[in-house]
Amino acid sequence: MMKDSKISSLRRPRVAFALYVIIPIFAFFVIIRVFPILGTLFLGFFDWGLISPTKPFIGFKNYTALFNDSLFIIALRNTGVLAFLSVIITMAGAFGLALILNRKKTIFADIYKLIYFVPFVISWVPLSVIWKWMYDPSYGVLNYVVGLVGIPPQGWLVNPKLSLYSVIILIVWRSVGFNTILFSVGLKNIPSEYLEAGRIDGAESIALFRYITLPLLKPIILYILIMTSIINFGIFSPVYILTVGSQGAPGNAVRVLVYDIYENAFRYLHMGYAAAESTILLILVVFLTLIEFKLIKPEA
Amino acid sequence: MTTKVRKMAAITMESFIQVFLIIIAIFFIFPFIWMICTAVKPATEVLSWPPIIFPKRPTMANFLYVFKTAPFGRYYLNSIFVSGVSTLSILITSSLAGYVFAKIKFFSRDLMFYIILATAILPLQSYLVLFYMMIAKIGGIDTYWGLILPGMVMSFGIFFLRQNIYSIPDELIDAARIDGASELGIYIRIILPLSKSALAAIAIYAFTVKWGQLIWPLVVVSTKDKFTTELGLTAFQQRFVVQYGPISAAAVICTIPTLVVFIVFNKQIIRGLTLTGLKG
Repeated sequence: MMKDSKISSLRRPRVAFALYVIIPIFAFFVIIRVFPILGTLFLGFFDWGLISPTKPFIGFKNYTALFNDSLFIIALRNTGVLAFLSVIITMAGAFGLALILNRKKTIFADIYKLIYFVPFVISWVPLSVIWKWMYDPSYGVLNYVVGLVGIPPQGWLVNPKLSLYSVIILIVWRSVGFNTILFSVGLKNIPSEYLEAGRIDGAESIALFRYITLPLLKPIILYILIMTSIINFGIFSPVYILTVGSQGAPGNAVRVLVYDIYENAFRYLHMGYAAAESTILLILVVFLTLIEFKLIKPEA
Repeated sequence: MTTKVRKMAAITMESFIQVFLIIIAIFFIFPFIWMICTAVKPATEVLSWPPIIFPKRPTMANFLYVFKTAPFGRYYLNSIFVSGVSTLSILITSSLAGYVFAKIKFFSRDLMFYIILATAILPLQSYLVLFYMMIAKIGGIDTYWGLILPGMVMSFGIFFLRQNIYSIPDELIDAARIDGASELGIYIRIILPLSKSALAAIAIYAFTVKWGQLIWPLVVVSTKDKFTTELGLTAFQQRFVVQYGPISAAAVICTIPTLVVFIVFNKQIIRGLTLTGLKG
């Protein structure tokens, strides 16, 4: 009784402290996140050039123009292909590697995990620079390597049919190791009694995998799926580095949404138009996340 | 007999797996070897066909050339400063907000928390245009603070710290309160020490993310003396298009410190980068 009232009398300074702390932080979030997000939706309805004197409201005209803009359509398509393939290949590769590395029999597993992880610690720009050099059509080492197995030299970046896939290879290469570790932490956390019990009941290893391992991994699969999708829908750095300069990929073959937004806003200064395009990206990301969440409902 | 056959089969299987794993390892590590080797090759060896992997006459000329033509030392300090300030701010705001969201009940707390969390799924790229215009309006273009501002808070950090602080027993906090500790005192003497490993994980994560940023520095900074290493390397490779010797040397300059730090602290770094994802 005595103790209870003492605690409740201590509640007031506690709440005051909480508000002192949280109001500035929350306000900062509203200013640097919520405002620009809402502002983007709003700006998309204006013909807003960065240096034009009038900025009239034009309703959905930016959107109708976008869907008649061949560059935007290309960017949308490329982003879809790039994100889809990168996510699928990264996840499949990482999961496969995690399964192999988590077997008790695999020796040196920790060393392999460490090596596979290395690309992820290094930032996009130097990695893209290295790969650009390896992709070089005349002196790049990749053409030499594929030549060893009889494949003729390719214009990895300069050939518009190949360049998008070359970007995907780089993206997968960087992210597989990281996701391998995420998956293998997940696998390690599955209580071995579950699998043992299943085995005693006579379940085949495929059934064990299907009915015990996979369902228990759901939260991690969902997390990786959502994270890699968001990252790949907003991908910019490797595309930017691989396109600039004469040895780079032709702009349109690897044009992705963020790259197109960047050009419209910061090269042509069509802020309203770029904002409409950003709105589409925002909507895509939100919908995708919701769909993925619906698709793989984590039980926990 | 059959056990012997089975044993042989198992050994063959294991060697296949090892070969496979080694090939994958080469795939992940080769680009770095290629980069380092190119960086120490004279120009004639860089453009040779078939390519030479290990240099015959190693030289430091490419590095000297890089340092003569671009101030990478300066870029480095800029990157350390920008990522360092962001990380520090993220640690402070995340632990404070994490404590409040986990342990103190007040009106609209959950609403605030979910609004902060919801912004996490939208990357800066998707509202870059408007953010740029806002920063331009308050005079932040081509300034350090303009460069740092968007990275001062991290929804994910708040979420992660809240999860961690949640598991600190209430009795511990109440006991300190009864002993007359102020809320700030509780934060400093109980919450912070008990969240050390979570804070370390977030620090590694935040620093890596901020260090690797490209698009924001690219639009916000225009004078060279404020370039980060990422921006510096981008400009360098644009300027020296096919001079792969110097370009590789510049790439080495940008990666070697990170590689060394990773080799020394790999356990903590892997933990920092992966745990952040898995605790949620």
